[in-house]
Amino acid sequence: MKFTRDWLFDHLQTDRTLDEILDALPMLGLEVESVVDRAAALAPFTIAEVLSATQHPNADKLRVCMVSTGSGDPVQVVCGAPNARAGMKGVFAPVGAFVPGIELTLKAGEIRGEASNGMLCSEREMQLSDEHDGIIELPADAPVGVPFAPYAGLDDPIIEIAITPNRADCLGVRGVARDLAAAGFGSLKPLDTTPHQGSFDSPVRWQLDLDGQDHLCPSITGIAFDHVANPASPEWMARRLTAIGQRPISALVDITNYVMIDLGRPLHAYDIDKINGDRLHVRLAKPGEKFAALNEKTYDLAADMLVIADADGADDLAGVMGGERTGVCADTKRMFLEIAIFDPISVATTGRKLNLHSDARYRFERGLDATAPQIMAGHIARLVTSICGGKASHEVEAGRGVDWHRQIDLSPEKLKRLTGIDLPAERQKQILESLGFIVEESASSWQVTPPSWRGDIDGAADLVEEIARIHGFDHLPVMALPRTHVVSQPAVNAEQLRPLQLRRALAECGLMEAVTFSFLAPKEAGLFGGGGAALTLVNPISADLSVMRPSALPNLLQAAGRNQDRGEADCALFEIGPVFLGDEPTDQRTACAGIRHGHTAPREWHGVRRTVDVFDAKSDAEMALGVLGVRTASLSVDKSAPDYFHPGRSGILMQGRTKLASFGELHPNIASHFGLRGPVVGFELFLDDVPLAKAKGPARSLLKMSAFQPVNRDFAFVLDTDVAASDLLRAIKSAAGPLLSDIQLFDVYQGKGIEDGKKSLAVTITLTPQKATLTEEEIEKISAAVVALAKKNCGAILRG
Amino acid sequence: MQGLDAQSLKSVSDEIVQAVDAAENLEALDAIRVNALGKKGRISLLMRELGGMDADARKAAGQALNIVKDQVAAALEAKQFVLPQAALNEKLATEAIDVSLPSRPSREARLHPLSRTIEEVLAIFAEMGFQVAEGPDIESDYYNFTALNIPPEHPARQEHDTFYLPANADGQRKVLRTHTSPVQIRTMEAKEPPIRIIVPGRTYRSDHDATHSPMFHQCEGLVIGDGIHMGHLKGCLIDFCRAFFGVDDLPVRFRPSYFPFTEPSAEVDIGCTRDGGGLKIGAGDDWLEILGSGMVNPRVLANCGYDPEKYQGFAFGMGIERIAMLKYGIPDLRTFYDSDLRWMRHYGFLPFDAPSIHAGLVGGAG
Repeated sequence: MKFTRDWLFDHLQTDRTLDEILDALPMLGLEVESVVDRAAALAPFTIAEVLSATQHPNADKLRVCMVSTGSGDPVQVVCGAPNARAGMKGVFAPVGAFVPGIELTLKAGEIRGEASNGMLCSEREMQLSDEHDGIIELPADAPVGVPFAPYAGLDDPIIEIAITPNRADCLGVRGVARDLAAAGFGSLKPLDTTPHQGSFDSPVRWQLDLDGQDHLCPSITGIAFDHVANPASPEWMARRLTAIGQRPISALVDITNYVMIDLGRPLHAYDIDKINGDRLHVRLAKPGEKFAALNEKTYDLAADMLVIADADGADDLAGVMGGERTGVCADTKRMFLEIAIFDPISVATTGRKLNLHSDARYRFERGLDATAPQIMAGHIARLVTSICGGKASHEVEAGRGVDWHRQIDLSPEKLKRLTGIDLPAERQKQILESLGFIVEESASSWQVTPPSWRGDIDGAADLVEEIARIHGFDHLPVMALPRTHVVSQPAVNAEQLRPLQLRRALAECGLMEAVTFSFLAPKEAGLFGGGGAALTLVNPISADLSVMRPSALPNLLQAAGRNQDRGEADCALFEIGPVFLGDEPTDQRTACAGIRHGHTAPREWHGVRRTVDVFDAKSDAEMALGVLGVRTASLSVDKSAPDYFHPGRSGILMQGRTKLASFGELHPNIASHFGLRGPVVGFELFLDDVPLAKAKGPARSLLKMSAFQPVNRDFAFVLDTDVAASDLLRAIKSAAGPLLSDIQLFDVYQGKGIEDGKKSLAVTITLTPQKATLTEEEIEKISAAVVALAKKNCGAILRG
Repeated sequence: MQGLDAQSLKSVSDEIVQAVDAAENLEALDAIRVNALGKKGRISLLMRELGGMDADARKAAGQALNIVKDQVAAALEAKQFVLPQAALNEKLATEAIDVSLPSRPSREARLHPLSRTIEEVLAIFAEMGFQVAEGPDIESDYYNFTALNIPPEHPARQEHDTFYLPANADGQRKVLRTHTSPVQIRTMEAKEPPIRIIVPGRTYRSDHDATHSPMFHQCEGLVIGDGIHMGHLKGCLIDFCRAFFGVDDLPVRFRPSYFPFTEPSAEVDIGCTRDGGGLKIGAGDDWLEILGSGMVNPRVLANCGYDPEKYQGFAFGMGIERIAMLKYGIPDLRTFYDSDLRWMRHYGFLPFDAPSIHAGLVGGAG
């Protein structure tokens, strides 16, 4: 919402400065977005007279002008404008002035050998318009030497404020003035609302054809104007419209726009001579009906859209936009002016369906002053006849009227209860009344009637807001929230704590934390087992961000690709965030995924650098599960990892029959899809799949440490290559029994000395006795059992 | 006897000690020890001579001789220790390496500023008795809008730039939640007051430019309880802003505003200065908007089955990216989601650096 200072002061009688008002507006809920003072930028520009203009000796298109600036000797200026001539008045920018349109500070200089000390300006150079055909020509009586901006009425600062959706009443300058007056920043000047006396009957009448849906148009008023002229708008009106960015068109059109900004009241002007028949029908659109709007576009209307039509069909989309066919033009002699109230939901629905935005729609759908058709008609009629001449008809009206009267119970104690502000009842009443509310007191409570322009007021809480807002939120007391506990309690429960701990643990393992979008491209969703219509956005930002992700891996792989392109091929990332298996709340999972690409370390001289492999991913997954409370020693590995992993270098970590995490080298096709050149491994788990450990309290179980010497025994087994190492380890653990305290597989060998199809696995076990030092016989017995079970279960032969 | 007079004994002692000092290795030292203290060593032979002396002379000479013996033994012992150290030192000298060579690379990873910022927010609200609540990212129209007093044609809906999923068989279309406020509804439906929740989470709006991301993070707060009024809202949010930005005297301003789900509603601004092009949070001549807030609208309470005459409370919401950018001087919103390693090394946080009230909420240097 834009207006100018003087425009505001047309409605507000005040001795406050603009700065005071600008400080007050945001505290009333009217946020100031910008203030532009054009006079400040144009301060050096003055009115000057061209005394002589002679042909430049060295340039065909330039003239050498002697310019009188009103003080001192005439100044010589070289000017390229075709209209520069002796005797004309124009706008002069002296040396040192900053010319906004060309972003240049003027310096004294020579142009083709002739001195030039300043500039005669075009409108574009002063950023007043795009006009650049010549320099500005001012009337002969323009006073030389006077600053140009005040002369041209540009010393009226432009204010833009943001209006929240509830404050339709402030979509007009008068509403803003009313709020300021209520807050003590002056008084609202009276608006002459006396009804006008029409002098003839309107040749056009309304007819509501709404088949019982009369609520769509509760009130519509029309006034016909005869013998009007439609010249350019008066300068004061044109200036204000220009200032707020609206191009003046003609008086009739400009008046409708001006009233919309001035009073927040959209109007529509028809040319009576273009209306077919003597009726304007308010009705719903007919099937297949088309409408050519003022914006020069044609719309296909649906049957729930409210239109205004003559005998030839719809030519006004009620509350949204007028039609091309019956609109006013330069030749209009007879005008019919529409002042209406339409159903806000109907206007909003129509506008949204047609994707048609307008200043009128913006106001209609937020709710207008319900009494405007009656109250404002006189003012508007007088404005039209004062500018365009002619005479106005008697009003024609239709509609059953807007039932806007409602009473809201308010207890004066409510303010304190809801806001903590202690304000005498009398002052509360005064504030409400200054905003136009009617307060009737009864024994226990007040009955408050909101004014016709405050359709947003819904209940007592809204009234409290009005009182608090005008009294000032600065007066809200500052109260500490009462403490519930002397020592504060944790904000997270056991489940919510897990991602916090997991994040730290993964970062400690060298994975950088990433946050990537919850959506991705359909192609990538498909590669990772997702996609499908149910999880595809109807209105994505782009196709690349259109499907809810089934996995956090693809976005991480893409990020690795971006880093590779920036010269960082070695990249380790993780993310903890949502993935979506369906659109129900129960289909959302919290995924934890990590990837490693390239090498484990930068190039260095110690030799720790190596390429990443599947065991990096396995170790990350095991670590993550460990943090989540899983006893990793109890996990088994299943080979059925998803197909985006390398089929022979991937697995699933299982706890019993529950799948907890997948890990592996990414399938080469996946790596190449993301353009990754190095080996890339990853893992993913869903936190929801990992059961929460039972709460056991902080105490640990009692630690029993053996007093006896542990012993180690090494074994090297030869077995078939396709026997899983985990099977051998399980057999050894089982055979070694309760004394086993540690087991490590410390060598894997295939090659010379081992026949084809076989491998050698070397394992060391640690036996820790609890009751007495182990004898050689006891150790031998355990060793024999290990060897026997390894052979029985895995076909493993102890290497000689 | 002549060999045992003081002069002679001193010369014997000096001679042997000098020989010990001069010994170049353990073999030579051992030979000296044998020659001095061995069965036929010089000192042992002198000891034997004591037997032929009268009692007084023997006592005096014996004492003197014992001193010599002790001196020699001490010299030998000292040399016994020194000689192998010298050999070790020689060996160590040959083992020297260039310790200016770089050490083994350490794995240096960091936490994202967003998760860090969320934890800071949680730490502060935990102190004020809040507990974390969460809800789904894919929401029903009812929870995201209608229950929050935003009916279908409400103008506020158009400002939300909502992402939609396809309509199901009933014609209902799910949305990506445009704010974390639906969790207010879910929480109030599930439990009775008193309520103090803080809701961090992902939110979505179909807007993508320098200052808007289609996905971003919000943190919602809801307090319902006996006698909770707008003064508590003010106190709570002032306490939060000052703790979060670490500025004790940070000016905090409450401005009337509008949200369909609160009434009265307030925007919250914090003080700042923009002198010299840089933005500084603190007392100054300018304001920055960082929070939306208000008293929960009675219609919302009623939608959740609460009696608005009985219960009241406040709600607020803030953008996590925005407060992270302001606090940590991160200039560009879009960089949060790019996973650029250079950015993460610079703006990320070391994992051990957990924010807490006792250790402070201002992260270590980047």
